[in-house]
Amino acid sequence: MSPSRLRVLGVEPVGPYALVRLARGGLDPGIPGQFFMLRPPGLLLPRPMSLCLAPPGELAFLVDPIGPGTRALAELEAGEEVDALGPLGNGFDLEVARPLLVGGGIGIAPLPYLSERLGGPPALLGFRTARHAEAAALVPSAEVVLEPAYVTEALEPGFDVLACGPEPMLRAVRRLAPEAQLSWEAPMACGYGACYGCVVELEGRLARLCVEGPVLGGRVRGQAPAVAGKAAAA
Amino acid sequence: MIFNASGCLDALTAPDVARALDAFVTKTVTRLPREGNPPVRIAETDVGMLNSIGLPNPGIDRFLDDALPRLLELGPPVWVSVGGFAAEEYADLCARLDATDVAVLELNLSCPNVAAPEDEATAIVTAARAVTGKPLYAKLAPGLPDLPAVAAAAAAAGADGLSLVNTIRGLALDPATLRPRLGTESGGLSGPALRPVALAAVHTAYRVTGLPIVGMGGVETGAHALELVAAGASAVALGTVLFADPGAPGRVRSELAAEAERRGFDGPLAARGAAHGAVASTADAPEEAAGRVGLKV
Repeated sequence: MSPSRLRVLGVEPVGPYALVRLARGGLDPGIPGQFFMLRPPGLLLPRPMSLCLAPPGELAFLVDPIGPGTRALAELEAGEEVDALGPLGNGFDLEVARPLLVGGGIGIAPLPYLSERLGGPPALLGFRTARHAEAAALVPSAEVVLEPAYVTEALEPGFDVLACGPEPMLRAVRRLAPEAQLSWEAPMACGYGACYGCVVELEGRLARLCVEGPVLGGRVRGQAPAVAGKAAAA
Repeated sequence: MIFNASGCLDALTAPDVARALDAFVTKTVTRLPREGNPPVRIAETDVGMLNSIGLPNPGIDRFLDDALPRLLELGPPVWVSVGGFAAEEYADLCARLDATDVAVLELNLSCPNVAAPEDEATAIVTAARAVTGKPLYAKLAPGLPDLPAVAAAAAAAGADGLSLVNTIRGLALDPATLRPRLGTESGGLSGPALRPVALAAVHTAYRVTGLPIVGMGGVETGAHALELVAAGASAVALGTVLFADPGAPGRVRSELAAEAERRGFDGPLAARGAAHGAVASTADAPEEAAGRVGLKV
């Protein structure tokens, strides 16, 4: 198990975010909700990123440049190389009858690929501003909610919810849809169970999110964490 | 002679990575189960990684029943790191591990995230020595006021080798809030910043004790590993580099061999002690002290 060195095909702005497009090399895109550890040149540790899109020959990641690691990824230029390890972790269970995708902010990152694999189900996406909401263009059939309104206000019963977003949003979604599959995040150094850095409280114990998640909940995978870690290290 | 540093690899979750090692060193095992520290547990800084994991482990009972049999099946010799808060706890753990097929017992005298037992090094090594014939390695923190004295004390008490070094205490603040980024505020610093610290510790401990030394701290390449060997290490352990590159054991091993050959050494261990102006023999390499490992360099 070694990281692959992938060539950067380009980085495109999507509102305030960056869509980092990499040549796929020999890597499998995996199941929506799985993640890759990406390490741009000059960083000690890689960063966990859910796969956003998997066009033929490519792997694309939506990055919010909020710290040194994510900025280094967003500032990559075509032709540079990135170390990539993955796909890692457990993705979404795609065997659902009435899927509804729910996303918030940069948490929409895994939803474009998920939408594609599920045949374009309805989606409900929440953003802070109209500029952030430009990312909704990546998800077909998306209904957009802008703050101060929240996605949970528009959430209707009767769907199999698959969600990714900030922790308060995930908690609110879980209250309305207890069987929702929720993709959580936590700082990770390794992504493969070695560092014990990404623990979240799960059923009364601290569990490594990279091994047991990042997608938790639903009818298959037991309960969602009671306390998730803070947002992934920037 | 490429090991992992204790706590930097879960061999049961990533068995292929563990099989690429010349010995696998477990996370520290304690008498009772430990959950470890609350999140946030890790943070990257400009010069290295901070962690405050807090020695999560299933406790010795479950370790012996569940984890150890599976670890021993992986292939590489298993070194078990043991920790506690008093000499009798270490002795209890060592006595229970003495009857197993574990190759070496590493006494963790140094985790910066639990109460520091450095001043008890002599008592702990003496107590452990009394209950086991297995090779004992004392793992020391680099922040000791007098590391050579502690190393010499461990040697005098019966340690067969030293593991140098553990992390050094550090703190990182969130630039926006100026609050600590880790849940426990400070934590252990590893990675590149630890490299010169580890070199100094290995260099001085080699000179003072002459014991076999597993050198570790910021190793990313074979050249880094060779420097530790030149300072006095007889094996090299990988820590933070494993997080970014799980293929590091094989890569560093071949880079180390190539680097030694390029410099005209007859294998990497022939460079042991080169920093001291005289080249030592390889007879006291930890693999041979352990009696279980063939050199694979």
